[in-house]
Amino acid sequence: MTRSARTDLLIVLAVVLIAAVPLLLGLGRGEEPFAGADAQAESSITSDHPTYEPWFSSLFEPPSGEVESGLFALQAALGAGVLGYCVGVVRTRHRMERGRTPVPEQEQEPAGPPTATRRP
Amino acid sequence: MHIAEGYLPPVHAAAWTVVAAPFVVHGARALVRQVRADPDAKLLLGAAGAFTFVLSALKIPSVTGSSSHPTGTGLGTVLFRPPVMAVLGTIVLLFQALLLAHGGLTTLGANAFSMAIAGPWIGYGVYRATRRIGLGVSVFLAAMLADLSTYCVTSLQLALAFPDPVSGLGGAVAKFGSIFAITQIPLAVAEGLLTVLIVRLLARNSPKELLRLGVLRRSDRPATDVTTAAVPAEEARS
Repeated sequence: MTRSARTDLLIVLAVVLIAAVPLLLGLGRGEEPFAGADAQAESSITSDHPTYEPWFSSLFEPPSGEVESGLFALQAALGAGVLGYCVGVVRTRHRMERGRTPVPEQEQEPAGPPTATRRP
Repeated sequence: MHIAEGYLPPVHAAAWTVVAAPFVVHGARALVRQVRADPDAKLLLGAAGAFTFVLSALKIPSVTGSSSHPTGTGLGTVLFRPPVMAVLGTIVLLFQALLLAHGGLTTLGANAFSMAIAGPWIGYGVYRATRRIGLGVSVFLAAMLADLSTYCVTSLQLALAFPDPVSGLGGAVAKFGSIFAITQIPLAVAEGLLTVLIVRLLARNSPKELLRLGVLRRSDRPATDVTTAAVPAEEARS
């Protein structure tokens, strides 16, 4: 594995750990562990300012938690799809451009073949 | 985790909308200029917008026992500067307000100010200040602080609208800060790391565009060949 790929892998691991550790340690509290911070802010406002009435409500509210999480998943999927497409096109374009001008073997595939590990 | 619909008094909602609007309009013009001047940048623009889209959909548990989501604004800020991010961020907020009942139309101005304006500008300042140290470090700090400062601004906005009945504004800042900002710290670190990951990916696969956008610099690399030298240079720096 190249140094670059190893760094990438470590970054991914660190991100997964950051998300997983609170769950594994069971740090969730209250009736609904790991409730949204925005919901906490809402309840904090209504308890400290009982006279405040939200004066506008959403035009469309997902009818259930399932529908809502589905829409969030849709948002993430759309984003991930477009991100993957853009990075893929940019990568292919870059490789095709490089293909026209011959380059040394180990530079051709930075993240892949074992030849690249010889790099200091 | 944005301010929910109707949870800012009308005067505050209007004021934040007035404050945010010029930034978004200016950003829209900057975006059009960018695309006209450099049509090849459209793909990276799409990547930056999509990155915000993904990250702001991911609600992640935090050590405080509640959940929040990253903002994803750091990437677009570093690649295209904050004005462009003001537009991309506002589009994401509008999508969430209309389809997900997350955030809101009346609070769009305040949320756009925190996520699409204040966060990116603070992140950009940090990026410029630390760019000499290296690309990886500066991108990490920029994305992390753009994320964290967004939620500090949100806390401040709520505190201004709802000062604590006993301890006043200061108490309210502390209260909302402990709800939003503390929760956000590990998430901001995660966002910083993910942004570095994407920038590393782009530096390997799109060094020419990054050079043109000024993200990679010729001084970053020992060799003169742009297309082949980007990887080692980026690695040595990070």
